Amino acid sequence: MGKRISVHLLTALLVAGLFFTVSCGKKTVVSEPEATQVETEQGAEDTDTGMTEDEMTDAEKEKQRKLEEQRLEEQRKEEERKAAKARFVNKKIHFEFDSSELTSKAQEILKDKAEWLENNRDESVLIEGHCDERGTTEYNLALGERRAKAAKEFLVNMGISESRLSTVSFGEEKPLDPGHNPEAWAKNRRANFVIK
Amino acid sequence: MTRRILKHIFYALIPALFPFVFGMGHAMADDITYLDISNPFIRKTPLAAPRFKLFTGSDSEKEDAEKARGILKDALDFTGYIKIIDDRSFMAEPAEDGITKKSLHFPDWTGIGAELLVTGGIKLEKDRVRLYMRLFDTVEKSLLAGKVYTGHREDIRIMVHRFCSEISLALTGKPGIFGSKIAFISKSGGNKEVYMCDFDGNNPVKITDHKNLALSPAFSSNSEWIAYTSYHRGKPDLYIRNIREKRGAIVNKEGMNISPDWHPERFELAASLSFSGDQEIYLLTGKGKIIKKVTDSWGIDVSPAFSPDGKRIAFVSNRGGSPQIYIKSLETGELRRLTFKGDYNTSPAWSPNGDRIAYVGVQNGSIDIYTIRVDGGYPVQLTKDAGDNEDPAWSPDGSMIAFTSSRENGVRRLYVMTAGGNEQRRLLKLKGSQMDPDWSMVSK
Repeated sequence: MGKRISVHLLTALLVAGLFFTVSCGKKTVVSEPEATQVETEQGAEDTDTGMTEDEMTDAEKEKQRKLEEQRLEEQRKEEERKAAKARFVNKKIHFEFDSSELTSKAQEILKDKAEWLENNRDESVLIEGHCDERGTTEYNLALGERRAKAAKEFLVNMGISESRLSTVSFGEEKPLDPGHNPEAWAKNRRANFVIK
Repeated sequence: MTRRILKHIFYALIPALFPFVFGMGHAMADDITYLDISNPFIRKTPLAAPRFKLFTGSDSEKEDAEKARGILKDALDFTGYIKIIDDRSFMAEPAEDGITKKSLHFPDWTGIGAELLVTGGIKLEKDRVRLYMRLFDTVEKSLLAGKVYTGHREDIRIMVHRFCSEISLALTGKPGIFGSKIAFISKSGGNKEVYMCDFDGNNPVKITDHKNLALSPAFSSNSEWIAYTSYHRGKPDLYIRNIREKRGAIVNKEGMNISPDWHPERFELAASLSFSGDQEIYLLTGKGKIIKKVTDSWGIDVSPAFSPDGKRIAFVSNRGGSPQIYIKSLETGELRRLTFKGDYNTSPAWSPNGDRIAYVGVQNGSIDIYTIRVDGGYPVQLTKDAGDNEDPAWSPDGSMIAFTSSRENGVRRLYVMTAGGNEQRRLLKLKGSQMDPDWSMVSK
């Protein structure tokens, strides 16, 4: 808390300093030949100097309010960034049985992922391909790889550098839902995204 | 004949445990095949195995005699083509009256329906045991096989199984499954590891300790090597390792390196690799170096299975729009699609006789094991209405198939059945789930 107050004080001082510099700058304008401009600037300076103490506090309060707004805006953006990252990590794409084709819904999700990758160029990602328990272990390993690769190819086509994307298949080995029913199977036929 | 037996013995057992063996009488396996074990409608042959004759009569000798007889009955019963006759119906006591041909009265045995008779004698001196084993055809009143085994008391199981191989040889012309091993995956702890057990599920041991994810174990033709997939390094790589010694190779090319199957004669294996960007089947040396690319088609190509002569490979491909089994000649490159019924046929396993392929088919959402003739034809369904059934693996003599089933409470476990789908039963009881059996081809 104390830290925040001191930050505010510091910014207030800086703002005051800025005003001072602006005033100085304006003074240099005075020497300029155009009379009208000089007058206006002069007038502006007059209003500045003619401020009452109360008015000063109000202005400061206004600045502080703006700063607070700015801070909240930053916070909001940070939260948005976090949410985007969480969405990137948590949102999975899903597939039909024995298929590595990207559904239109999967493509929408991948576009969102491409945007995040575009905004976070330092991040590399591992795409994991998974299958449901039906079918056989080895074929599912191959199918899982094709699912992960289909997602990768889509992102590369969206302009993401191939070097940032790697793939691995876990076949049917890591189900999200251990159930033996269509709902569980649908959940388990997926590709998910792990930030490395 | 002697040479054949010796060759068989060489393959059948771990050399360090070899008891001595002496031939006794003449086996007739070369001339007559009593049983066609690949016949799915085989009738079980009734066999009597009365108490063994004791030579010293000591308590521990008696104990070993019953132990040996128990092992014999269990092993023969396991085959699925022999029916063990209940002791209570016996009308004679060879243990008292004699175990040789001249002292046996065969009508005592044909009278209770026994077509085969095994007599045994045992002599225990200190820790050394000597077993006198004979197999008779009660109808023909002839000796089919006779052997004497000596060894340590602890090796009775091995000695008895060797005589079971003699019985099999005499009856089917093949040494059978006794002495072979089954490799499989077990999730007994938290992770999937490779395990190995005897043909009948006894003596399971864990042979990997990756503490990660291991899949698809495959025995080399001489059973000295095992190949499998492991995620030890974070992705599916192919591990080739010597079972007894700490040596081997890793194929860890980019992408996946999975589904190994060994060449039936050479130190080579086939596997599916995706480093090219597409999954293809390659032929590799036992050290993991690529010899050649076997398939060349966009899409999934996986699960190679060699023909017993090593000249062809069956595999799974989705090039036709759905996973189906194809056969490719390694010599001519000729390709043929084998399965047409249903839109999901995978996991081919070529029978040791070379005439059939077992595989997994999905029909109306039900996952079952089928066999089909190599030249095509109509598939035969072996499992039905009993959970998901996957991973068929032939026994070395082609008489049985080991597989994975979720029939009990949805948990995957190992089962065996005859090649015709009869006698389906649990192979072993272990904690957790088990899957993906591979039967060693030790007996040649």
